[in-house]
Amino acid sequence: MKRKIPVIITSLVGTVLILSVFFPPAERMGEDFSIFFDIIAVFAFFLGGGNLVRIHGNKIYKKARDWGFSAVTLAGFFLMLAAGLFKIANPGGIAADVTAQGSLFQMLYDWIFNPLGASMYALLAFYVASASYRAFRAKNKEATILLIAAFIILLGRTPLGVYATAWIPEQFSLMQIPNLAIWIMTAPNLAGQRAIMIGIALGVISMSLRLILGVERTYLGTDNE
Amino acid sequence: MNGSRWTMIVLIAVVTLFLVSWAIKSFPSSGDTISWPSIRHAFFVTLAAFVTLAIFSFLYKDNPYYKFAEHLFVGVSAAYWMCVGFWSTFVGNLIPRISPGLSKFFGVPYKEFTFYYFVPLILGILLLMRLSSKAGWLSRWALAFIVGTTAGLNLIRYLRSDFISQVSNTFVPLLVQWKGTGAFFSDFSLASGGQFTLMLTNWVIFIGTFCGLIYFFFSKEHKGVFGAASRVGIWVLMITFGASFGYTVMGRVSLLVGRLTFLFDDWLGLMN
Repeated sequence: MKRKIPVIITSLVGTVLILSVFFPPAERMGEDFSIFFDIIAVFAFFLGGGNLVRIHGNKIYKKARDWGFSAVTLAGFFLMLAAGLFKIANPGGIAADVTAQGSLFQMLYDWIFNPLGASMYALLAFYVASASYRAFRAKNKEATILLIAAFIILLGRTPLGVYATAWIPEQFSLMQIPNLAIWIMTAPNLAGQRAIMIGIALGVISMSLRLILGVERTYLGTDNE
Repeated sequence: MNGSRWTMIVLIAVVTLFLVSWAIKSFPSSGDTISWPSIRHAFFVTLAAFVTLAIFSFLYKDNPYYKFAEHLFVGVSAAYWMCVGFWSTFVGNLIPRISPGLSKFFGVPYKEFTFYYFVPLILGILLLMRLSSKAGWLSRWALAFIVGTTAGLNLIRYLRSDFISQVSNTFVPLLVQWKGTGAFFSDFSLASGGQFTLMLTNWVIFIGTFCGLIYFFFSKEHKGVFGAASRVGIWVLMITFGASFGYTVMGRVSLLVGRLTFLFDDWLGLMN
């Protein structure tokens, strides 16, 4: 019951979705299953939210170390949740789009969520710079190739790259850094990406088959859970 | 001066700066009278500037202001995705198929009653059982549905787009605009759209992909011709990683420029 039914569900759903490609009448079923997936994924978001409240609520209740920050998390969570679920200050009321301009939800997105996310990723620019220092030491042939490719790509997208090689005649325009950067992206980079993509595709296909055939069951966890 | 007093001074300074900034930003620059929208806008601009600076303060060291911003981000983003999922998928796709009353309440057009749409609703509720220690195993049924859907969809999708089409696109003509050896050498140039460049591109794509795949083939020892091809594969992959690294750096720097523009223009108004 605890393990057999989930394996049957996985096999059945996977098989139906594969068959829906070959049999047009079953195509509708494939579309419906995709929507089912999205609906269950929403419940996964709820599960994540519930877990967040449970963990941070426990920290506050027990007055654990840094419990004040847990209060900040919960305050941000409930404020955004209330603004979104009740569509507070939404000009179009409950029937309007949740992201309508002027709503509290959109304002919180524009002035808190977006700046925080962008700053968090922008912060990585500094750490990427320090990582570049370590990576860009041409210790061996492979590292040197990586260094040259990255350097050309970076330089090719800046005015300096354009000015530095603008003197090269049209007959040798491939050697101009912006053109060289484009060529690297469309030839060797494409080849490498393609090799990686084909490798990943083979991995995904074999893993999908293992799941559908019931060979792979690790996603069910242990019986103790 | 002890640590806690120093922390308190910094906190008071930050709060004062926030209030001063809010007050200054509340006055419209055009000389109009102060209004509720301008006060609200000033509050949010100041708040956005402060959370941005709080995140950047991590460059000095881990500190309570960074932790505040980090924890706020976690809470806000969890709720954001919950709300978007609720309105776009739950209300947008489920409600119009199971309840005319709720469709009217939420203001979404009712489609038609489809009884089997109770299946994802039941599986979704079962997924929430994960929070219970006794009935947690029931969540496996929903998880099994998610895994089965992912496996079924991905098997076909990856087979079509990432395997068959990528392999097919690798078989490109190695002689492009070919009019004979004489014409090739007489018209030879390194122009970016020239015949030689087009041919070189196709050769690199074909050999590069082939050698890259050989590098990922671990069932045979990488020795001799196979080893040499694998070595070329590594070089191609290194170029790919270098290009990806360059793009990542540019993306991050562009985000940083965006944040600095916000601070100096929208908040401080120094770029006019």
